[in-house]
Amino acid sequence: MDNLLSIVTFIPALAALILAVFLRGEDAASQRNAKWLALLATGATFLVSLFILAQFDPQNTAFQFVEEREWLLGLKYRMGVDGISVLFVMLTTFMMPLVIAASWDVTTRVKEYMIAFLLLETLMLGVFMALDLVLFYLFFEAGLIPMFLIIGIWGGKNRIYASFKFFLYTFLGSVLMLVAMVAMFADAGTTCIAACGGDVALMTHSFASGDISVLGVHVVGGMQTLLFLAFFASFAVKMPMWPVHTWLPDAHVQAPTAGSVVLAAILLKMGGYGFLRFSLPMFPIGAEVMTPLVLWMSAIAIVYTSLVALVQEDMKKLIAYSSVAHMGYVTMGIFAANQQGIDGAIFQMLSHGFISGALFLCVGVIYDRMHTREIDAYGGLVNRMPAYALIFMFFTMANVGLPGTSGFVGEFLTLMGIFQVNTWVAAVATSGVILSAAYALWLYRRVVMGDLIKESLKAITDMTRRERAIFAPLVVMTLLLGVYPSLVTDIIGPSVEALIQNYETALGEGARAATQVAASH
Amino acid sequence: MIQADLNVILPEIVISVYAMLALLGAVYTGKDRLSGALTWLTAAVMALVAMWIALSGQGTNVAFGGMFHDDGFARFAKVTILLSGAVVLVMSQDYMARRGLARFEYPVLVALATVGMMVMVSAGDLIALYMGLELQSLALYVIAAFRRDSVKSTEAGLKYFVLGALSSGLLLYGASLVYGFAGTTLFSGIIATAGEGYTPLGLLFGLSFMVAGLAFKISAVPFHMWTPDVYEGAPTPVTAFFATAPKVAAMGLFARVLHDAFGGVSHDWGQIIAMLSVLSMFLGAVAAIGQTNIKRLMAFSSIAHMGYAMIGLAAGTALGVQSMLTYMAIYVTMNIGTFAFILAMEKDGQPVTDISALNLYAKREPARALALLVLLFSLAGVPPMLGFFAKLGVWQAALEVDMVWLVVASAVASAIGAFYYLRIVFFMYFGAEGETLQTARAPVLWVCLMGSALVMVVGVVNMFGLGSVAAAAAATLVN
Repeated sequence: MDNLLSIVTFIPALAALILAVFLRGEDAASQRNAKWLALLATGATFLVSLFILAQFDPQNTAFQFVEEREWLLGLKYRMGVDGISVLFVMLTTFMMPLVIAASWDVTTRVKEYMIAFLLLETLMLGVFMALDLVLFYLFFEAGLIPMFLIIGIWGGKNRIYASFKFFLYTFLGSVLMLVAMVAMFADAGTTCIAACGGDVALMTHSFASGDISVLGVHVVGGMQTLLFLAFFASFAVKMPMWPVHTWLPDAHVQAPTAGSVVLAAILLKMGGYGFLRFSLPMFPIGAEVMTPLVLWMSAIAIVYTSLVALVQEDMKKLIAYSSVAHMGYVTMGIFAANQQGIDGAIFQMLSHGFISGALFLCVGVIYDRMHTREIDAYGGLVNRMPAYALIFMFFTMANVGLPGTSGFVGEFLTLMGIFQVNTWVAAVATSGVILSAAYALWLYRRVVMGDLIKESLKAITDMTRRERAIFAPLVVMTLLLGVYPSLVTDIIGPSVEALIQNYETALGEGARAATQVAASH
Repeated sequence: MIQADLNVILPEIVISVYAMLALLGAVYTGKDRLSGALTWLTAAVMALVAMWIALSGQGTNVAFGGMFHDDGFARFAKVTILLSGAVVLVMSQDYMARRGLARFEYPVLVALATVGMMVMVSAGDLIALYMGLELQSLALYVIAAFRRDSVKSTEAGLKYFVLGALSSGLLLYGASLVYGFAGTTLFSGIIATAGEGYTPLGLLFGLSFMVAGLAFKISAVPFHMWTPDVYEGAPTPVTAFFATAPKVAAMGLFARVLHDAFGGVSHDWGQIIAMLSVLSMFLGAVAAIGQTNIKRLMAFSSIAHMGYAMIGLAAGTALGVQSMLTYMAIYVTMNIGTFAFILAMEKDGQPVTDISALNLYAKREPARALALLVLLFSLAGVPPMLGFFAKLGVWQAALEVDMVWLVVASAVASAIGAFYYLRIVFFMYFGAEGETLQTARAPVLWVCLMGSALVMVVGVVNMFGLGSVAAAAAATLVN
């Protein structure tokens, strides 16, 4: 089975094709078929990906399950996973069946809905597995199309504005990244990310880092800094980092529940993954030059968006802002560039995938019943929905970072990592922990606690069996990672260590080269 | 000697003779009643000639003392021109017949225009160049005004004619300057003068005027003003034709003049082309935002696309020409599909061109809407559609010669331009319930739409080998 990765990637696409070609009609039976087929396909994808995880060797820091084929324009189709990407693949395949199950009540254009989500899964998996720059870009960018349609067709009232904003924002960031990719190809003569088949890998190619002057501006770190900035334009938007996060609250609020879950749990992780896959290994000197900026942007993001979250009237918007704050920990951890920081960043991304996904599902549960996301429209739900109150409580606590849940491990590790690098940033960022407790608990109090006095809520029903079944795996994962984090760190550890080693070697060489240049003057 | 020369231009002769015969035959027999059959016949002849050129053409053959070149580059362009012309003819049949425009002159004029284009891309001499260009233009002026009783169509024809004549004048003026300073009209003679270290200033003046004339033909900014009006006014099948074959021919001619005649001074014209390219991309991207008429929108889209294709020309290398050829081939395929859809848009039997009429079209015709969606995203340059690889190709060429600013500018322009393609998607998929658009039942149009959308998606596998063919073609032009 040397093309296991392609199989995993293209099972959902194949199911989408089958749906598109063979399924006819809009009646209840064909809707049910579409849902079951989508659930089956995503379930099968998850099972096959488990097989990958079982065979994955964490001690080997090279890429595994590598596939390579000729492709057009002198490019190659290359796929592979290493310790950094394999868990993102697992996160994707794990979340998708839940997302499909959570969409069971969709009634408009079900077939198209399922096709969009299945294609989206293929593209997301491709992003995490691609070992070729252009292939990566292809998956990265093509994912915009189904998401654009998901927000635009099945979204809320203001969906048109949100979908356009989402598309254009991310598209502009990405085309700059594409330009940088073409420039890298011109400079390195390869688009290969890992060492493969005769080509020199981009990771081992060092781009020029001597200071240059562009249009009169002195650029420290030269080409590396420019390339870093071009990639940064794309990943920072995707992440999203303050101040280019404004598309996210709109997109989240307008997207259907399942769309929000995918967006929060998986799509946002592409930015962080991109930093780990490209920015640090390929432009170490550029990254080092820009690190202070990124760290302070992250710190500002954590504090600022937490404060913004405090005043939100809309539940989804509140959780969206909390996502931006949590992603701030991720960028901070990555650019701390030490073992705890990067381990913590990856951990935080995975755990945020479960927790924020679950929180959006929680909003979805009551939105399906009351058709409003206004916080003021609720209150005292605990009286009628005890199970829901428990689940919501659990994920609220996880979001705050209560020890014992996975949220704690991620935040703690990233803060520990950053403390060794920049104490001031760490101090500012730590205040975010308190702020997150403030907005999350306040949200919980206003929605769930108190007396049930609103007439409209008198008849609300507790979670159905299907809804409970969707939350169960998420609860298990959040607890499991919270009490036994080695599950994750054992897999990512060696690869992260190799990454840091390369980064530091490159910095050392860069510094040596710089002193040589200085000495020769 | 003459026998060998005639052999080289046999494909052109075949189509010319066919056009004459068709004209005479139709005049003396059934006239307009024959138009349907004649359309199909013309398309068949053009497709056959294209196949013949593609399969039998070999090496570089020069005829009439260097006036006419039959090389890999010319053959690539000719096959693209002939095939797209044939497909557009077939697509127009249904529309023309139902709008009372089915006249037998139409296929004949298209065939003659095609001959002109074939001469253009093969020209090795300023006179051959002008001959081909005028043959093409005169035929196009007539078909732009084909709907004689419509004010808009006649206006389009007249506007195109007057401005076209002006551009021909510019071109001729430039050509005469070039002749004056080089002492010959042969490209091979001009390149000998232009490449000699010292280039006479008059020659560069001539070059600038010729570039202006040619830029008019490909509707590059600032010589684009005719495009939206002509696209809107002309009957839709004619617009579809304008947007495809003549663009390839003019681009081919552009490349030929710049490389065959002025290859030695590429640093002089590279800047001009880069400027034209940036202006076209930005104007095309910005001006289309406010358009509600899909034909005008496609006019601005074609202006922007010519800008991207010109990036390849501006690079001035073999890779540049290769990427330009690939770009044009993909562009033509996308446009054929899109126009197949536009041709089918109608309400109560009347053609509709307002994009808001597409309201929720996706709900009624999911398959067709999906095909159009693929084409629109491809036009916007979003992967995994082929339109993305077209852009990637020209960027590669530009970065090879360090034109970073041009690439960054085009990246920004393409992000802006994505908006108006999305707007069409928005109407199709997110619109509100309301007026319903009907679409014609013509199967040919659906085959073209689906086929071209399929090509955009399946092409991701290996681009159907287009890359290597274009590379071989470019190698014969640039050396």
